[in-house]
Amino acid sequence: MTIVGQPERTPEPAGVLPEQPVLDVRDLRMRYGSTDVLTGVTFTARPGEVLTLLGPNGAGKTTTIEILEGFRMRSAGEVTVLGVDPAHGDERWRARLGVVLQSWRDHSKWRVRELLGHLGSYYLPYSTDQVRRPWDIDELVDVVGLTPHAHKRVGRLSGGQRRRLDVAIGIVGRPELLFLDEPTAGFDPEARREFHDLVHRLSDLEQTTILLTTHDLDEAEKLADRILILAGGSIIADGSAEQLARRMSSEAEVKWSQGGERFVHATTDATRYVRELFQQHGDGITDLEVRRATLEDTYMALVREFESGRGATALREFEGANR
Amino acid sequence: MNPTLVAVRAGVARGGIEVRQSLTNVQDLWNYFFPNFAFLVVMFFMRDATVPGTNFSLGARTLPSVLGGGLAFGALVTMMMTLTVEREDGTLLRAKAVPNGMLGYLVGKVVQVAGMSLIGSAILVIPGVFLVDGVAPAGPEAWLTLLWVLVLGLVACLPLGAIFGSLFANPRNVGVIMLPIMGLVATSGIFYPITNFPVWLQWIGQAFPVYWLGLGMRSALLPDELAAVELGGSWRHLETFGALGAWAVLGVVVAPIVLRRMARRESGSTVAARKEKALQRIN
Repeated sequence: MTIVGQPERTPEPAGVLPEQPVLDVRDLRMRYGSTDVLTGVTFTARPGEVLTLLGPNGAGKTTTIEILEGFRMRSAGEVTVLGVDPAHGDERWRARLGVVLQSWRDHSKWRVRELLGHLGSYYLPYSTDQVRRPWDIDELVDVVGLTPHAHKRVGRLSGGQRRRLDVAIGIVGRPELLFLDEPTAGFDPEARREFHDLVHRLSDLEQTTILLTTHDLDEAEKLADRILILAGGSIIADGSAEQLARRMSSEAEVKWSQGGERFVHATTDATRYVRELFQQHGDGITDLEVRRATLEDTYMALVREFESGRGATALREFEGANR
Repeated sequence: MNPTLVAVRAGVARGGIEVRQSLTNVQDLWNYFFPNFAFLVVMFFMRDATVPGTNFSLGARTLPSVLGGGLAFGALVTMMMTLTVEREDGTLLRAKAVPNGMLGYLVGKVVQVAGMSLIGSAILVIPGVFLVDGVAPAGPEAWLTLLWVLVLGLVACLPLGAIFGSLFANPRNVGVIMLPIMGLVATSGIFYPITNFPVWLQWIGQAFPVYWLGLGMRSALLPDELAAVELGGSWRHLETFGALGAWAVLGVVVAPIVLRRMARRESGSTVAARKEKALQRIN
């Protein structure tokens, strides 16, 4: 269910030929006992792409990420991560990955700079002419905004600072592929904005491919080149935020004022409706507002439809709309 | 640059940093000083009692025994505790996410726990020799004995602690094994000569490394005449080497297997699940 022939928001990293994808997941299945958690997940990621994995709790997001990280064995399916099967990834492969998990409480007695320096030292043998490893520690501390806390004990950091340290540890080896599991949980708006800048910097300047999960749909929309929606153990939608919104929810909301009264109308063709509105009433129309469905609307509609047992139908409709 | 070598070097540095950290926080300092202070008080009051059948101070006999027993106990329990705690807080998973991080982590743990055990021993021995008379290594041979018993004893106990540590997913369950270990120390002739115990208890004591570490330390630090009150009337160096060596080989073979199995099972969701469980217990 990949989207073909879309002219917009398909980042082609400069100088990189259409090559082997960074992530190539085909029909990934996972079963615990008699429960199927993943029933056939398929998607790919190109170098430098930012992918966001959305889905209700228990949809299998963490399981998917853990399989890709090589921390969990899969039941079936073909998976390659940076060209390697994660079930057999060696340390050289591991050096090209960055991992930021949901909750860390480790190394509380260590000092920020000391810990980054220590963990960075493992990457030294994997430095190449193209990718200098590890990241210069002072620069890294600065990039994640922890310079004033560089000599603090990790256990004394606030929740948001701790999370920034987690991200710093995740990227200390200058990974080609970075996994971020709910990276901004507990961030205030400013920290969130800074984190978004960091993600853009990593993907634009460092060509890092990023797969992140989040519950913040606004964040998904801001960061992602592509959004994957995982529900019921498979990907039920795959595309940019606009693509998802345009295709999934056909209805837009038109609001306007006329003669001191406020009107609302839902329509599938907002442009035509507004044109007709002006033809009829001309200057009488004020305060016009057209609101296309947000990602949240789309997401809710998709998941609700899927959960009401019409997942397969929704999927087919969605695929059809993409062709 | 060889990645394995780099990881080993990082591990040694890591152990050093963690030993330094243990000297700068109240909890660890308490663990260093409190038990050793208690032992010194006990020895002080035992200094006028004599080893049964001799006129040698019982307090002086206890110092090397406690040194050996403390090394075994410290290495075993500290290794076990740090492994279970650091598995729960995600340190181990962090090591797994770094290239060769697991190797570095384990080297670091061995250096850390060995270092902490040695510091603990120094805190006991340095005031101890001033407190009781007759304890001193006599000549280079005694120093050599001290060294090999120390090294072999640590190699016997550290992997054993790691094996126990990897069996318990929850630090709060470690208590289950603490009691038997304390019982073992009690049957190992540390505080009271094993010769006065019933024979079956003597055999249990001699099956584990704690007794042999105590015996080895006594042989290095006490006058030769006192060998007469040991089992078999001798320091039994050959048997000490055999028993500690056997435990060391067993540990070095089994520990990597158990640890690898434990590490393979670590993932973000297992760490999160343990956290969840810990929180439920508090509520």
